[in-house]
Amino acid sequence: MSQNIRPDRDFTTLKDYRRTGGYQGIRKALTELRPKQVQQLVKDAGLRGRGGAGFSTGLKWSLVPMEDDSAADIRQTRYFLANADEMEPGAFKDRLLLEQDPHQLIEGIIIGAYAIQANIAYIFMRGEYRLAAKRVAHALQEARDHSYLGEHILDTDFNLEIYLHTSAGRYICGEETALLNALQGRRSIPRAKPPFAVVSGLWGRPTVANNVETLCNVPHILHYGVDWYHSLGLGADQGTKLFGVSGRVKHPGLWELPMGTPIREIIEEHAGGMQDGYRLRGFLPGGASTDFLLPEHLDVLMDYDAVAKAGSRMGTGTIIVLDDQTCPVQMVLNLEEFFAQESCGWCTPCRDGLPWTVTLLKDIVAGRGRMEDLYTLAGLTRMLGPGHTFCALAPGAMEPLQSALKFFREDFERYIIGNSATREPA
Amino acid sequence: MARIEIDGELHTVQDGNNLLSTCLSLGLDLPYFCWHPALGSAGACRQCAILQYRDADDQQGHLVMACMTPVQDGMRIALTAQQARQFRRDNIELLMTNHPHYCPVCEEGGECHLQDMTLLTGHTMRRFRGQKRTHDNQYLGPFINHEMNRCIACYRCVRFYNDYAGSDDLQVFGIHNNVYFGRFEDGALQSEFSGNLVEVCPTGVFTDKTFSAHYARKWDLQTAPSVCVHCSLGCNVAPGERYGELRRIVNRYHGEVNGYLLCDRGRFGYDFVNSPKRIRKLHIAGQASCSVTMATDKFHTMLQAADGVIGIASPRASLEANFALRALVGEDNFFLGLDDSEHTLLNAIHEVMRDGGIHSPSLQEIEQADAILILGEDVTHSAPRMALSLRQAARNAAFALASKLHIQPWQDAAVRELRKQAPTPVFIASICSTRLDDIATNTWHGGPEDLARLGFAIAHNLNDAAPLPAALNEDQQALAANIARALRQAQRPLIVSGTSCSSLAVIQAAYNIARALPESAPQLAFTLPECNSLGMAIMGGKPLQQAFAAMNQGLADSVVILENDIYRRASTQQVDAFLETARHVVVIDSLQNNTTEKAALLLATATFAESEGTLVNNEGRAQRYFPVYPVTDPVRASWQWLLSVMTDSPWAHHDDLTSACAGAFPELATIVAAAPGADYTVEGCKIPRQPQRYSGRTAMHANIAVSEPGQPSDQETPFTFSMEGTTAKVPPAVLPVIWAPGWDSNQAINKFQEETGGSLRAGDPGIRLFEASGTQSWFNDIPPAFQAQPGVWKVIMLPHIFGSEELSLQSPAIAERCPAVCALLHPLDAETLAISDCDTVAIRDPSGTLIMNMPIRIEKTLPPGLLGLATGRPELQPLQSGMLVCLHKSDPLATDVSEERS
Amino acid sequence: MNLTTDKSTFAGLTAQEIQQIEAIIDHYEDNNAVAVEALNIVQKQRHWISDQCLCAVAELLQISRTHLESVATFDNLIYRQPVGNTVIHYCNSVTCWMLGSDRVCEHLCQRLNVQPGEVSADGEFTILPIVCLGACHHAPVALVGDDLKLALTEDSIDEILGVKHRG
Ligand SMILES: Cc1cc2nc3c(=O)[nH]c(=O)nc-3n(C[C@H](O)[C@H](O)[C@H](O)COP(=O)(O)O)c2cc1C
Ligand code: SF4
Ligand code: FES
Repeated sequence: MSQNIRPDRDFTTLKDYRRTGGYQGIRKALTELRPKQVQQLVKDAGLRGRGGAGFSTGLKWSLVPMEDDSAADIRQTRYFLANADEMEPGAFKDRLLLEQDPHQLIEGIIIGAYAIQANIAYIFMRGEYRLAAKRVAHALQEARDHSYLGEHILDTDFNLEIYLHTSAGRYICGEETALLNALQGRRSIPRAKPPFAVVSGLWGRPTVANNVETLCNVPHILHYGVDWYHSLGLGADQGTKLFGVSGRVKHPGLWELPMGTPIREIIEEHAGGMQDGYRLRGFLPGGASTDFLLPEHLDVLMDYDAVAKAGSRMGTGTIIVLDDQTCPVQMVLNLEEFFAQESCGWCTPCRDGLPWTVTLLKDIVAGRGRMEDLYTLAGLTRMLGPGHTFCALAPGAMEPLQSALKFFREDFERYIIGNSATREPA
Repeated sequence: MARIEIDGELHTVQDGNNLLSTCLSLGLDLPYFCWHPALGSAGACRQCAILQYRDADDQQGHLVMACMTPVQDGMRIALTAQQARQFRRDNIELLMTNHPHYCPVCEEGGECHLQDMTLLTGHTMRRFRGQKRTHDNQYLGPFINHEMNRCIACYRCVRFYNDYAGSDDLQVFGIHNNVYFGRFEDGALQSEFSGNLVEVCPTGVFTDKTFSAHYARKWDLQTAPSVCVHCSLGCNVAPGERYGELRRIVNRYHGEVNGYLLCDRGRFGYDFVNSPKRIRKLHIAGQASCSVTMATDKFHTMLQAADGVIGIASPRASLEANFALRALVGEDNFFLGLDDSEHTLLNAIHEVMRDGGIHSPSLQEIEQADAILILGEDVTHSAPRMALSLRQAARNAAFALASKLHIQPWQDAAVRELRKQAPTPVFIASICSTRLDDIATNTWHGGPEDLARLGFAIAHNLNDAAPLPAALNEDQQALAANIARALRQAQRPLIVSGTSCSSLAVIQAAYNIARALPESAPQLAFTLPECNSLGMAIMGGKPLQQAFAAMNQGLADSVVILENDIYRRASTQQVDAFLETARHVVVIDSLQNNTTEKAALLLATATFAESEGTLVNNEGRAQRYFPVYPVTDPVRASWQWLLSVMTDSPWAHHDDLTSACAGAFPELATIVAAAPGADYTVEGCKIPRQPQRYSGRTAMHANIAVSEPGQPSDQETPFTFSMEGTTAKVPPAVLPVIWAPGWDSNQAINKFQEETGGSLRAGDPGIRLFEASGTQSWFNDIPPAFQAQPGVWKVIMLPHIFGSEELSLQSPAIAERCPAVCALLHPLDAETLAISDCDTVAIRDPSGTLIMNMPIRIEKTLPPGLLGLATGRPELQPLQSGMLVCLHKSDPLATDVSEERS
Repeated sequence: MNLTTDKSTFAGLTAQEIQQIEAIIDHYEDNNAVAVEALNIVQKQRHWISDQCLCAVAELLQISRTHLESVATFDNLIYRQPVGNTVIHYCNSVTCWMLGSDRVCEHLCQRLNVQPGEVSADGEFTILPIVCLGACHHAPVALVGDDLKLALTEDSIDEILGVKHRG
C-alpha cells in the first residue's frame, strides 16, 4: 500500500503507479471475474474496514441487492463512495494515501464499483485536504485520459465515472450515513439504520461507502491474491495496516505494518520510544474516540480483536501517546471539546450531554469541581453509550473519558481536592 | 397481529408498527418528543427509551428507542425497568440544561408537552451548573410568536414545515447545541399551515400570537366541540373562551377529517367573533334603541303586514337555522341566496354525489389515493386542509417502494428518500400555477373551458362511451391519454374538482372521468365555497335571481335575510333594487356588511362560537357544533330569532328543529345522530365546558357585581357552563377538551384514540349522508375551446386562503396576511397592453364604462385572454367570473380602485 | 446543464463562477448536491459568503436559500462573515494541543493583534481554530490558505506571516 509513498518523491503519477504493478488489479477484476466473484474474493481476503468500525468489506459489498427482482426497474442505479473525510483527531493516514498515491485509491474504487456494478462513484473529501484534492483531481484526469474511467473500461462493458466531492467539513460528515446527506447537499445528519446504505443510500439507491485505506488494500488483493494477503497479517486479522504514532515520541510517523504488530513495536521501535525526559503514561490506540490503554498494554497486538479484548478499539490505528507531563484531565477536556463542537445536534444525549461534559471538566480543571461531578461524568459516559445515541459519535466521545475516569481517577480528584499537581501542557 | 410482552403482561398488537406508537395505543405512558403520529419517527430526542430483552431468559435487556424499533411477534420489552426509567429521566435532565425554568410565566405552561414529560419521568433536581445558552427571536408574522430559548431541538417544527407541509422558509441553522430554528430573515411564515407549529412544537417556541394578545391558561378556557366555518371541509376545532371573548382555536382531532392539523385560516380566522364590526345591538331603522321585545314585536308585525315574505338562506348558517327560515316563509318563498352560477354548480355537485355512484372520500381517504387528478382547483386556496392531505397522498408510491425494500413506513426520512425514485402520479390541471405544483408529476394550465375539455378527453380515453371533445390539439390528446393511463393503473384513483372555476362543464367532466374508471373504486372529491354549501344544496331552494324577480313581480313584498351578505351574491344594482323594492327588510347576521346596512330590522345573531347547529361538509358529513360560551343579551342564535316569531310552531328547542329537519328531508334523515341531544348526560350530569381547574368562577365578574352569579343554564345542548361533571367517557362528538391525567397538552389525544393516528374511540364524529349509489348518464355538454378575443379579457375569480372567505377576513391577523388586491395577466397580454408588473390598468365593461383601476401582476402560467382576480374581496365586488372586460393602461395617478365606479 | 442564458451577470455571480458551478451540476442527481461545492467555488475568490452571495447561489441552483443557509451554517469552512485574504486554521485537536497549539494561537493573535475570528487590520489574515488536520506526526500544524504548515514554532510562524506580508 505504501510502496509508492516515499519521502523523497512528490507523488505517484500514473506512470509510476503502473510501473509498480498498478492497474493490474482492475484488469484481473474486470476481465476475469464477475462482480460476485470480486465480492467473494475480497470477503475471502478478510479485509476489514479501516474507517474505524472494522466491518468486513467483501461482506458489505455482497449486501448490495444486485439483480433485484421486485423493483428492478428503479433499482438500477447504485453508487460507490470513498470516504476521505478523515477528521478523527490523531488520525493521519488517509491524507498520505490521498496525497502520495491517488491512483491506488482510484483503482480500489474502480474494483469496488465493479463489484457492486455502480457506474458513478464519489470521493468525499474534507475541505481542508487541499493538496490531496489537487492530486486526486489530477490523477482522476490521468485515469480518464487512459481510459481507466469512462465508458467501456479496459474494453469491457463496465462504465464508471468518479467525481471528487470537496466538502466544507465537519467530523460527522465522515459517518457513513451523514456522509450521504452531506453529499446530497443536506445538513450532515446521520440517518437511521436500518435501512442500511447498501439498500437505500445516496438518493435512496444502493450505496457502498468505504474508507480510503480500505480501498487502497483492494488492488493488491486482486493483483496478488488472497493467499498472499493472508500471509501478511500477524494476528487474527489479514493484510497490512497503516499505523501511526503522534505525541511525545522521538519519531512520530506512519508506517505500513502487518496487521497484528505489537503496540510496543510500533511505539518503541518505529516511533523510537518516548522523547527524552518523558515517560509513557497511556495511549489512545486508534484515534480520539478510543479508550485509553496503559503501558501494561504495550504487548497487545494491533488487530481488531486483540485491542478490543484489552478494552479499547483499534479504530483508525493511529496511536496518540499521553506522556507523564500532560494532564490527562485536560487532554480529555480537549477531546470532549472537540466532540461537543462536532456533535451534529440531532440527538439529545450527544447534543446536550457533551456540552455538559465539557462544562464539568472545565469546572474541574478550574478548581471548581466537586466530587459528585465525577459521579455525574461517569453517569454521562453511560448515558451517551452505544445504542443510546443516534450514531456512534457520542459513544466514541465517551471512550477516552470513561477510561480516563478509570485509569487516571487520581488526576481528577487532585483537581477537586484542590492541588493541581500536574504541569500545564508545555 | 403480534403477541408481545410488556412489563410482564401479554398484549396483542398491530404488526408493522413501532413500539412507541404501540405502547401509546395501549394507553401506556411512554414519554417522547421527536416522534409525532403524523410525522413518523426520527429517533432524535432519545426520550422513548425502553428495555428490550433478547429472549425469555434475558434478565438484563438492552436499551432501545421504542419509536425506532418495530414490533415483532414474541418480543419482550419493559417500560418500567429501572434502567429505562433512569435513562428517560437523565435524558430530560439534558434537555432541561438549556430550557428556561420559568413555566409560571411561559405561555405554554399548563399545556406543555415538555412539562408533561418532565413530570412523567420524575426529573426534579437540576444538577447542571453551567450557563444556559440564549438566542434572539425572530418576527414570524401575525400568526406565530417565536421564543427560541425554550427550544429542545426535537426537530419536529422543521420536519412538519418542510417535509410534511412542503414549505421551505423555516429551517434549522447552526450545529451542535447551537441549533436555531427559524427563517433566513425576519418575516411572515409563508406556509398556509404554519399555525400547526403551535401544536407540533412540544414546548413554547412557537406559540399562537393571536392568543397571546388575549391570553388565558388552557385550564381557564371554556371549551366546546366545534366545527370550522371557514371552508367546506368541516375540520373539527376546539375554540376557547374567557371573559366572554373567543380567545383561540386549537385542533380537535378527527380521524377521518382533519387529523391533527388545521390550516391557518381555520386556526386564526376566529377573531371575527370579537370584531368591532360585530353586531351586538338590535336595530330598527329610524329608532335609537331596540330591546328584544321591541325587535320581536317588530319582526312579528312586519311578517303579519307582509304580502308575501321571501326568505334568503345562508350557506354559512346551520341546517337548523335555514330550516327554521324555510318553515317561516314556506318552501315556495325559500331562496338559497347563492350567486346564480354557484347555485347551479352546487346543485350539479349534489346530484352527482347523490346519484352518481361514486364514493366521496374523507380527507383520510384522500391521503390513501395512489393517483390523483386535480381538475380546476388550487386546493390550497379553496380547501386548504385538503391540500395537506393531497401532499401526503403524493408519498404513496414511495411507501409502496419502501415496503418492497422492507423499510418501515414510519421510518420517515428513509421513506422520503425514495420520493424521487417513486413519484405518485399527481396531475394538476388548473387555471394557473398552484401551491401544490411541487408534488405534481404534470401540471397543465387553461381556462375553465379547456380544463373541462381536457377532463372530457381523459374520460373518453378511459371509456369510449364517454363523449370526446372535438378539435383537441395533439398535446392535449397526449396529456389526456397519459393521465388516463395513470388513473387506470391505480388502485385508489382520486379526482378532485370543485366550484372555483365557476364552470359546470369542469364538474361534469370530473364526473365523467370518475365514472369512466373501471372497477377501481374511484373517488371524487369536490371543494365547495362555504361551510354549509352542501347542506344548502341538499335542502334545496330557489335561486336568488328568482327572489329578485318575485319581488319585482310583486309576488312578495318583504324579505328575511339569514346570515347572508347578498351583495356578495349579485350585482350591486340588482341587490339595491331588490332591497329598495322590499317593504320590509329583516336581516339576521353577526357582522356588519352591506346587506345589514339596508336592514329595517337588524337582529344580532350568535356566531358559531355562541350557538349550536349542524353543518354538512364537502364530503357529505353532517357535523354538530356547540356554543362555547353563552350568548350575551340581546344577541340570540338565528334559529331562536326565527322560532320566536313562529307563533304556532311545534318546536321549542334546537333538538326539535334538528329532528324536524331530519324528518323533512330524507337525505338529512340521519343528522340527529351527528351528536347526542340536550338530554344526554354522563352519570346523571351534563358535560362540563370548563376544566376542573377553571379559576375565578366566583370572582371573575366581581367588577360588575360582588354576588356570585348563577351559571347560565343551557337547555339546548348536553353541556353546562360550569366545571361540574366528567369528560372522561363522553363520546367524541361531545368531547369538549382533550385532557388526561398527566397529559395536559393536546397530545393527550392518544388517550382517546383506538390507536395513535386512528379513529376516536366510539367512532369519529359526524354522520355521512351519502354512500355511493346509482349512476348518472355521461355528461355530453362539452364547451368549445376558449378563444381569447383581442381587446377583451375574461374575468376569472381565483380563491385565496386569506381574503376570499368573508368571516375570517374580519380577523386582523388574517387580514394582515391578505395579499394586496391586484389582477393577474399573462405576459403576452401585458405586452399587448404595454404594461409591466405593478402598473395599473383600467378595467372597463365592453361599453367602455370604467369599472375600476387595478394594479397588475404578471403571471406567466395564467392563460392569455384571462384576467385573474381574487374571489370574495369586497373591493372587487363589481367583478364576477366569466364577465368580459376591456383593459387599458391607466393614468399612473389613477390608483384608487373604486374611483369613478358607476 | 445550462442554468442561465446570460452568463455574465447572474445575481452578481461572475461568469467564471457560474461556469465552474455549471460544470459540476451533471455530477449529481439533483442541484441540492451542488450546494456546498458551489459555495466553495464562490468563496474562493470572495473569501466569504455574504447574504447576497448565498442567495445568488441558491437562485442559480434553483434551490431554497433557507435550505442553503441551513447547510452553510452547519459546515465549518463556509464563512458567513468576512475573513482576511488568508485564513490561518490552526489545529487545536488533541496532539497539536498537547504539543502547543495554544501557544501557536497566542503567538498568531499577538503578532496580528487580533482575536480568533477577527480580520487583521491590513485585511490579510483571520485566525480560526480547526479540528485535526491529519498531520499529527508534525504537530503543531496549521492550514495557511491552501498550504499545510507543519511543526510550527514561533520563528516559523513569523516567517509565514512575513512571507505573506511580503508576497
Ligand atoms: C462520527 C464518525 C466519524 C467517522 N469519520 C470517518 C472518516 O472520517 N473516515 C472514514 O473512513 N470513516 C469514518 N467513520 C466510519 C464510517 O462511518 C464508516 O464506518 C466507514 O466509512 C466505512 O468504511 P470501511 O468499512 O471501509 O471502514 C466515522 C464514523 C463515525 C461514527
Ligand atoms: S450522536 Fe447524535 S447528535 Fe451526536 S453526532 Fe450522532 S446523531 Fe448527531
Ligand atoms: S420519540 Fe423516540 S427518539 Fe424521539
